[in-house]
Amino acid sequence: MQQETQATFRIWRGDASGGGFADYPTTVSEGMVVLDAVHQIQAEQANDLAVRWNCKAGKCGSCSAEINGKPRLMCMTRLNELDMSQPVTVEPMKAFPLVRDLVTDVSWNYRVKQGIKPFKPREPDAPDGTWRIAQSDVDRVQEFRKCIECYLCQDVCHVLRDHQKHDEFIGPRYLVYAAALEMHPLDTEDRIPELRQAHGIGYCNITKCCTAVCPEHITITDNAIIPLKERVVDDAFDPVGKLVKIFSRRHT
Amino acid sequence: MADYQTHEHDVLVIGAGGAGLRAAIEAAAGGASVGLVCKSLLGKAHTVMAEGGVAASLANVDDRDNWKVHFADTMRGGQYMNNWRMAELHAKEAPDRVRELEAWGALFDRTADGRILQRNFGGHKYPRLAHVGDRTGLEMIRTLQDHGVHQGIDVHMEVTVVTLLKDGDRVAGAFGYDRERGRFRLFRAKAIVLATGGIGRAFRITSNSWEYTGDGQSLAYHAGAELKDMEFVQFHPTGMVWPPSVRGILVTEGVRGEGGILVNSEGKRFMFDDIPENYRSQTADTPEEGWRYVQGDKDARRPPELLTRDHVARCIMREVREGRGSPHGGVFLDIAWIKEKLPNAAEVIRKKLPSMYHQFKQLADIDITTTPMEVGPTTHYAMGGVNVDGDTQMSSVPGLFAAGEVAAGLHGANRLGGNSLSDLLVFGQRAGHHAAVWAASHSAGTVDRAEVDQWATRTLEPFERGASAEAPYQVQHDLQDSMQDLVGIVRTESDMQTALERIAQLRVRAGRTGTGGNREYNPGWHTALDLDNLLTVSEAITRSALERKESRGGHFRDDYPSKDDAFASFNILVRKGADGAMQLERRPIPQMTAELATIIEENR
Ligand SMILES: Cc1cc2nc3c(=O)[nH]c(=O)nc-3n(C[C@H](O)[C@H](O)[C@H](O)COP(=O)(O)OP(=O)(O)OC[C@H]3O[C@@H](n4cnc5c(N)ncnc54)[C@H](O)[C@@H]3O)c2cc1C
Ligand code: SF4
Ligand code: SF4
Ligand code: FES
Repeated sequence: MQQETQATFRIWRGDASGGGFADYPTTVSEGMVVLDAVHQIQAEQANDLAVRWNCKAGKCGSCSAEINGKPRLMCMTRLNELDMSQPVTVEPMKAFPLVRDLVTDVSWNYRVKQGIKPFKPREPDAPDGTWRIAQSDVDRVQEFRKCIECYLCQDVCHVLRDHQKHDEFIGPRYLVYAAALEMHPLDTEDRIPELRQAHGIGYCNITKCCTAVCPEHITITDNAIIPLKERVVDDAFDPVGKLVKIFSRRHT
Repeated sequence: MADYQTHEHDVLVIGAGGAGLRAAIEAAAGGASVGLVCKSLLGKAHTVMAEGGVAASLANVDDRDNWKVHFADTMRGGQYMNNWRMAELHAKEAPDRVRELEAWGALFDRTADGRILQRNFGGHKYPRLAHVGDRTGLEMIRTLQDHGVHQGIDVHMEVTVVTLLKDGDRVAGAFGYDRERGRFRLFRAKAIVLATGGIGRAFRITSNSWEYTGDGQSLAYHAGAELKDMEFVQFHPTGMVWPPSVRGILVTEGVRGEGGILVNSEGKRFMFDDIPENYRSQTADTPEEGWRYVQGDKDARRPPELLTRDHVARCIMREVREGRGSPHGGVFLDIAWIKEKLPNAAEVIRKKLPSMYHQFKQLADIDITTTPMEVGPTTHYAMGGVNVDGDTQMSSVPGLFAAGEVAAGLHGANRLGGNSLSDLLVFGQRAGHHAAVWAASHSAGTVDRAEVDQWATRTLEPFERGASAEAPYQVQHDLQDSMQDLVGIVRTESDMQTALERIAQLRVRAGRTGTGGNREYNPGWHTALDLDNLLTVSEAITRSALERKESRGGHFRDDYPSKDDAFASFNILVRKGADGAMQLERRPIPQMTAELATIIEENR
C-alpha cells in the first residue's frame, strides 16, 4: 500500500569550527515529513546527527531548520510538498550561533525574554479574587499567545540574520510577546519606553518576512508590530494621552 | 578524577514541565535557592502538547459541580486503586491552582459572564475542563515559564540527569551531563523533586516524545525508592493511524467533547453496544440525548464516546479485531457530522479545535470539517510511578520528592482526561513547598566523589565501544516492539513471560551499545544512556502486570478478562532488592475515611 521511493537529503554537518553538507540517500514513503527522514538517517547512517525535536506535531517549536533554504519546522514539512527529484537540503538556522549539525544556540532568546517587564494584573474584579473578562478581549490576544517559540521569525528577520543587531533589537518573536502583554486585558504595566529604546522597535522596517514564515500563522507585522509602533509614536508625541490610556486600562 | 562543574542548590527540581515549574516556583517562594534542570529547552516539555484542558470544579458552567463530585469521579475512573488522600487534595485544591494561573497571566476561554469556561471530558460528570481552544498545555507551560523566570530560579536547560546520589539513606545530589557539549554536571542539593514525566517511549505506538524514557521512575528505583501501580499504563483511544509516520500522535478527547462520534467501517456508531454497569446510569440512552449533553443540556447524560479511556480503547480494539476497522487499522472519528445539527459547523470546529484542524490538514491531507479521521489507541500516560506520601509528595527515600506524571497515586488504574494538568499544579505546588521546608530543616548531605567518578566513567563507555558496536537505536526499537506486542493493551501470561526474557536479552545488548562521534550534542550517545531507564521501567511494568491477574482500568488481561475483588484491596509495589533484583509487594490500600466513603456513596 505504501509507495516507496529513493531520495537524497543534503544535510549540514559540523560545528562552530566548520563543516559542510553531506549527502544521505534513503528510502522515503507516503506521508513522511522531513523530520522522519532525518530520524531515519540518524538511526541507520549517522547515529550522532544532532537535531532537536519533541512533539512531532508542530506544537513545541523545537525542530526549526532551513529546508531548501526556507525556515520551517521539520516535523510539519511533508516530503510531498518538496521536489524529491533533487536533493533536499536541510541546514541549521542562521541567526544563531551553531552548536552542531542542525542544532543552534538559541539561549539569546531566553535572555531577551527575561529582559521584558513581566505581566502585572489589575486588582481582581470580584471579591473572590477573580476577574471578569469578555471572550472578545481574550480573542484579541489569543493569536499572539499561540506562539510556540520556534524562533523561525527571528531567523528570517534581516535585522538579526544579516545585521546581527542582537544587542539592540529583540526581534519579531519578542515584539509579539510584548504585544501579548500590552494588549492583555488585565495588564497594567507600561513597556512602551523600552520598546522604543532598549528593545529597538525602530529597527523593524515592516518587510513582513517574519509573518511569512510563522508556522502558527500569526500576523506578526500587521497585528503585533504595527500597533506597537503606533503606541510608541503616540507615546512620544502625546505624554498626556499616555496617562489617560494607563488610567483607562486600569479601570476597565 | 572526572572533570565536572558543580552546582549547589537547596532544592533541585529535575524536569521543567508543569509539575517541575510549579514546584520550582513554590520552592523559591518558600525561600529556597532552586535549580531546575530539563533535557530539552525550557518550554518544550510534554506539558506543552496537552490539548483538552485542566480539570477543576470551578462550577462556572454547571453550579452543581464541587470538589466532592470531582473526587468521586476521579476515584470511580481510577477503579478505587487511587491514593484517596491525593484524590481528595487534588479535587479540593485544583480550583485555586487554576485561578492562580490567571493571576500569572494565563487567558482561558470565557463564559458569557466573563468567567473561565469549562468543557466536557470523559468521566467527568459536569463540564469541568478549563481550556484555551485545544492548546491548553501551551498556555499553561508558557504562563508558568514566564512567571518562573522572574522568581530567581537557576535554570539548567538541556541537561540530562543520569543518577541520583545519596548520603546514607537520604538523597544528596544528582549527576548528569549537558547535551550541548557533553560536559559533566554535579548538583548538590538538600532536597530533590523529580518531575520527569512518563514512560511512553517504551512502546512503539505512542503520543509521547523522545524525552519519555522513564528516567525519573528509574532514577528513583535505583536510589531505593518504591514504584507503584506500574501495570497501569493508559492507552489513549484516539491516536492518528495514517500516514505511518504520524502513527500515535494524539487526537484530543476534546473532539468527542465537542460532539465527535466513533463509527466502524459499517457506518455503525458502536459505542452504544457496550456500556459498563458502573457507568450505565450516567450514560445517554440515545444519540439524541448524547448530542444534547455536549450542547450543554443539564438534564442530558453523556454520550458513550465519553466513557473512560480504557474502555473506549478496548471497544476500538474489538471493532478492529472483528474486522470492522478502517482501512489503516483504526476506526473513524467523525466530527464533521455535526453539520447536520449546526449551520456553521465548519466554523465551530475550526474555532474549538484549531490545532486538530491544522494537524490533520497538514499531516494527513484531511479536512476534519468534511471528512472523518482515522484513529486508534496510542500509549499515552503512566498512572503508576514513584510511590509518594499524599500530603508531602516525599518518596520512601528521605529528601526525594516526586510530582506530576512521574508520581503514582492520584489516578489509580485509569486517569481521567484533564486530571493530569491539574495534578501537575496541585502536587507540583505541594512538592515544591515540602521540599523547601525539608531543605530548611536539613543540612546538605555529603556526595561521594569516588561514586561520581565511577558514574563519569560509566557514562563514557559507549564511546569506548565505538560506532561499530551494537547500535543503540536498534536496541530501543526492539524493546518498543516487544512492549507493544507483548505488554500492550491486551496482555496474557505467556506473552509477558516472553517479554521478560526479551528484556533480559536486550539488557545484555544494551550493555554492548556504542556510539561514534564526540560528546557534543550526540543523540546516539544520549540514546545509549537512556536504555537502562527504558529497560528498568519496562521490566517493572511487565512484572507488575504479571502479578495482577485480573483486568482493571488501563490493565487488561485476556486470560483474566474480569475485575476480581481479591485484587481490589492492594496496590503492587516494586523495589530494588539487596541483590539488585526487582522485588514485588502487594500492599493493602489503607482504609478510606468515613467522610470520603460517604461522598463516594452519595455520588454512585
Ligand atoms: C499529546 C498529549 C496531550 C495531552 N493532553 C492532556 C490534556 O488535555 N489534559 C491533561 O490533563 N493532560 C494531558 N496530557 C497529559 C499531560 O500533558 C502530561 O501528563 C503532563 O504534561 C506531564 O507533565 P509533567 O510536568 O509531569 O512532565 P513533562 O511536562 O513531561 O516534563 C518532564 C520534564 O522532565 C525533564 N526530564 C525528563 N527526564 C530527565 C532527566 N533524566 N534529566 C533532566 N530532565 C529530565 C524533561 O526534559 C521535561 O522538562 C497530554 C499528553 C500528551 C502527550
Ligand atoms: S517585519 Fe520587522 S521584525 Fe519582521 S522580518 Fe521584517 S524587519 Fe524583521
Ligand atoms: S511568532 Fe511564529 S515564527 Fe515567531 S517564534 Fe512564535 S511561532 Fe515561531
Ligand atoms: S517537533 Fe515540536 S514543533 Fe516540530
